[in-house]
Amino acid sequence: MMEEIWFPLKLSLWVSFLATILVGISGIFLAYLFATKKFMGKNILDALLTIPIILPPTVIGYFLLLIFGRNGIVGKLLLNAAGISLIFTWKAAVLAAVVVSFPLMYKTSKAAIESVDRDFLHASYTLGHSQMGTFFRIVLPLAKKGILAGLILSFARSMGEFGATLMIAGNIPGKTETMSLAIYTATNSGRELQANILVAILTGVSVLVLYLIQKQGAIVGR
Amino acid sequence: MTWLVILTIVAGFSIQSFYLPSKAWSGQRELLVSAAVSLKEAFEELAIIFKNKYGVKIIFNLGASGLLQRQIEFGASVDVFASAGENQMDILQSKGLIVEETRKDFASNALVIVKPKNFAVDFSSIHDLQKKEFKIIAIGNPATVPAGYYTKIILDQKDLWEKLRSKLLYTENVQHVLTYIKRGEADAGFVYRSDLLGKENTLDQYMIPVDSQPPIVYPIAVTRYSSASEMGQAFIALVRSELGQKILLKHGFGVPEK
Repeated sequence: MMEEIWFPLKLSLWVSFLATILVGISGIFLAYLFATKKFMGKNILDALLTIPIILPPTVIGYFLLLIFGRNGIVGKLLLNAAGISLIFTWKAAVLAAVVVSFPLMYKTSKAAIESVDRDFLHASYTLGHSQMGTFFRIVLPLAKKGILAGLILSFARSMGEFGATLMIAGNIPGKTETMSLAIYTATNSGRELQANILVAILTGVSVLVLYLIQKQGAIVGR
Repeated sequence: MTWLVILTIVAGFSIQSFYLPSKAWSGQRELLVSAAVSLKEAFEELAIIFKNKYGVKIIFNLGASGLLQRQIEFGASVDVFASAGENQMDILQSKGLIVEETRKDFASNALVIVKPKNFAVDFSSIHDLQKKEFKIIAIGNPATVPAGYYTKIILDQKDLWEKLRSKLLYTENVQHVLTYIKRGEADAGFVYRSDLLGKENTLDQYMIPVDSQPPIVYPIAVTRYSSASEMGQAFIALVRSELGQKILLKHGFGVPEK
């Protein structure tokens, strides 16, 4: 019984943690790019980056399967070039989590960065800082509330991810069974005790994480 | 302001549409049957015959038998349950959720191992699944899909379960296994003989010898809280009639011997 609860918990936390880091880095970077630079096709690309929010997770899972599956464009490449298969492993769970939570991080961070007064940036440049220096010392600190909110949303979304995960990671106890999947199977197979325990833990952990980050945010942002 | 008006009208229509089906229920023009996915084609044919004979339309709720059983436990108002496994029906029976007198066996099935067409590896016995060419083996989730449960029984008997465990991919129903095999996402899979009908050319198959197979019998019954019990029994009678059995055989099922 412990194994059936401990593993999904560990896996969900690990997947969400990893996904949030990946989404955080890529989200902040792209948000900065789109918030401050002008380039061709910006609107279309922005829409593409935001699409996963609108698409149902099962549709996202289907597309991911088409792309990263053994016969998919990327999947075939990875397999032939490096012998790597993402599908039906925990890495696919991370991939699913990243895709569905990226728009949340991206949009929130972009809004936060856009709200930074441009005068501060210009002042920083005239005082001698480079773009990168300005980004780390001026933009990030001023946008940190929005960015933190984006990270929280991404983590929460990753913890709750189900549809896309089921499709590309599969539901394999001890390998890819996240908490959401474990609850689903336990409920469907009449294992009510396991289901109840998992639901209680997932709810508790989610509330705890949100509380801790909220508390942190209250101190950090003012 | 106009937004609010439009929203209210749309909401009004949506709520109204929920009332229409219940009118159909009270007229008893429809029968809701939860059936294992493997029964889809056979039952759809029977539904047409049923409609012509009684004027009652059958609505099918297809899924893995374990899932269907849980739905009934949670109060789904289905009239008839046709399961691919006896365990699921036994559980419902022990909870008093089916009308025991109506429970009958109506078909049987057998498990077959499939692999993608022209998958280049010699395969002559079930033990060959241990070969390293078979990296992913798809089976129904043993906890909710009878086919997966029976697969586990066979593998346990052959002492292969623990050895193959790290290669196993669980699916939510047997049709998924076929999909994965056809798409080449899995190297081997266990499906029902009935699922292969008409698709023999799209994949390779290996028949598991009869003496290695556990008895796979499909039971059917009317649920306790059905409001169309007579119609339900009529459907069961049709399924077990000579005509019904002929159709089931045509779709790859076996006789319900026990």
